[in-house]
Amino acid sequence: MSALITIAYYAMTAFAAVLLIWNFIKGKRWQDEVLYLIVLIPFLLRVLRLK
Amino acid sequence: MMKTRKALFALIGAVLIVFAGKSFYGSRRLKEPVVAGPGVTMVRKLSESFQGIKGSVNDANIYVLEGKKPGGSVLLLGGSHPEEPAGRLATWVLTENAVVEQGRVFILNSANRSATTVTRLGGAYPPDFTIKTPWGGQKFRMGDRWSNPLDQWPDPEVYVHYPTRQELAYVDVRNLNRAWPGRPDGTLTERTCYALTKLIDAEKIDIVIDLHEAELQYPVISAIVAHQKGADLAAMASMMISGSEGFEIGVEYSPEALRGLSHREIGDHTAAISLLLEAPEPFLDATRGRTDRELLLTGRDPFVVRAGKRGLLFEKIDEKGWPIDVRVGRHTSAILKILEVWSDEKPDRGVVLTGVPRYNEVIEKGTGAFLRDPAKADKASLHFE
Repeated sequence: MSALITIAYYAMTAFAAVLLIWNFIKGKRWQDEVLYLIVLIPFLLRVLRLK
Repeated sequence: MMKTRKALFALIGAVLIVFAGKSFYGSRRLKEPVVAGPGVTMVRKLSESFQGIKGSVNDANIYVLEGKKPGGSVLLLGGSHPEEPAGRLATWVLTENAVVEQGRVFILNSANRSATTVTRLGGAYPPDFTIKTPWGGQKFRMGDRWSNPLDQWPDPEVYVHYPTRQELAYVDVRNLNRAWPGRPDGTLTERTCYALTKLIDAEKIDIVIDLHEAELQYPVISAIVAHQKGADLAAMASMMISGSEGFEIGVEYSPEALRGLSHREIGDHTAAISLLLEAPEPFLDATRGRTDRELLLTGRDPFVVRAGKRGLLFEKIDEKGWPIDVRVGRHTSAILKILEVWSDEKPDRGVVLTGVPRYNEVIEKGTGAFLRDPAKADKASLHFE
C-alpha cells in the first residue's frame, strides 16, 4: 500500500512539473515565467530523487 | 524576443537545478571513513538481525568489540538523530580507539543512516562539517532528525505509534526515536528499530545507550534519561560523573506516557536497560542566529546567549558556547562512567573498556586527535558509513 502511495506521489509530482513547464512555455509575462521556473525546481529535484 | 527571453530563463533554471542537484547528490553520497580500531573484532550488518532491511540505506555497519574475558554486552547508538553530531562523533571515537578487556560492545555510528543523508528541509543547514585532525580533517554529513523523505514517503496526517496506537506528530513517522520497538512490516524507520530490537534480544544486550544532543530551550538536557530498570545505575553514574569527571549531568526518568522513545520502549520490550544521554547543542535552538558550520562546531551564538540572560533556557550558556569537543567529551566520559558503575555492581556481566578518552582529554586534545587517518589505514580495517 505504501509503495502504491509513493508511486502515485511521484506521478503527481511529475504531472505538476509538466504543467509548470507547459505554463512556462505558454506564458506571456516575464514575471510569470520566472515564477514558474522557481516553483518548478523543487518538483524536478524530487522527481529526479535528488532532494 | 520572447523566445530569446524564455531560452535565457530556461538556461538559468537549468543551471540552478544542476548546481543544487549536484550539491544534494554529493551530500547524500559523501563517504565517511571509519578506521576500525585495535578493539574491533568484527564488523557486521544490521540486516543480519533482520533481513527486512537488507540492501536498504539503513542496513548499517555494526562494529563489534569483544574482550578476552567474558562479561556483559552493551549497545551504543550514535546517529539516532544525526543532526546531533556529538553522538555520532563519540561512537566514532570509541570505534577507532576503544579496546574491550571484558564483555562485548556493539557500536552503530549511524543508527538511522537515512537521516544522515539529508538536512532539515527549509532549515538552511550546512550539508556537512569537518573535524580538524592532526592529518588534516575529516568530513561528516550534517544529517537531520528524521529519515530522508527520499527513502520513506509520504508522511501520514497523524503518526500512529506501533504498538501503543498513541498519536504523535506526523513527521515523527520518520523519527527513529519515536519508532521503537518497531515492526517487521512497517516503514523503513520502524523496520530499523525492529532490527535493532532483534539485535538486542539475540545478543542478550544488558545496556543500550542512545547518544543525543538537545537545544538549550528543551527541559531534558545535560541528563541521563533512564528507564526505571536503569534508574539506580543512572543515579549512581550521575553522582560519580558530577563528582569526578568535571561536568554536571542530571537524571531524568523516562515518562511512561510518551511512547516510541528508546529509553521507554527498549526497556519495556527487551531485557536490556535503556539509557539516553543528552548534551547541549545551541545549533538546535529556535532562537539561534546563522545556522552554519561554525555554530555547529563552536556552539557559540549571541542570540541563544541573550535568551539565556532572559531566563528562557534550561542550561547555562555564555560567550564560550558549547564547543563540539565539550559535547563529545561529555558522552565518552558518561559512557565510561556508566560502564564502570555497572561493572562494579555486576562483575560477572561487567564491560571494561580502555583506550577511550575522557571529557578533559577530549577538550585538551580535540575530538580530531582521536580520529584515525584513513589514508594510512590498511584496507581490511577501513569501512564507510
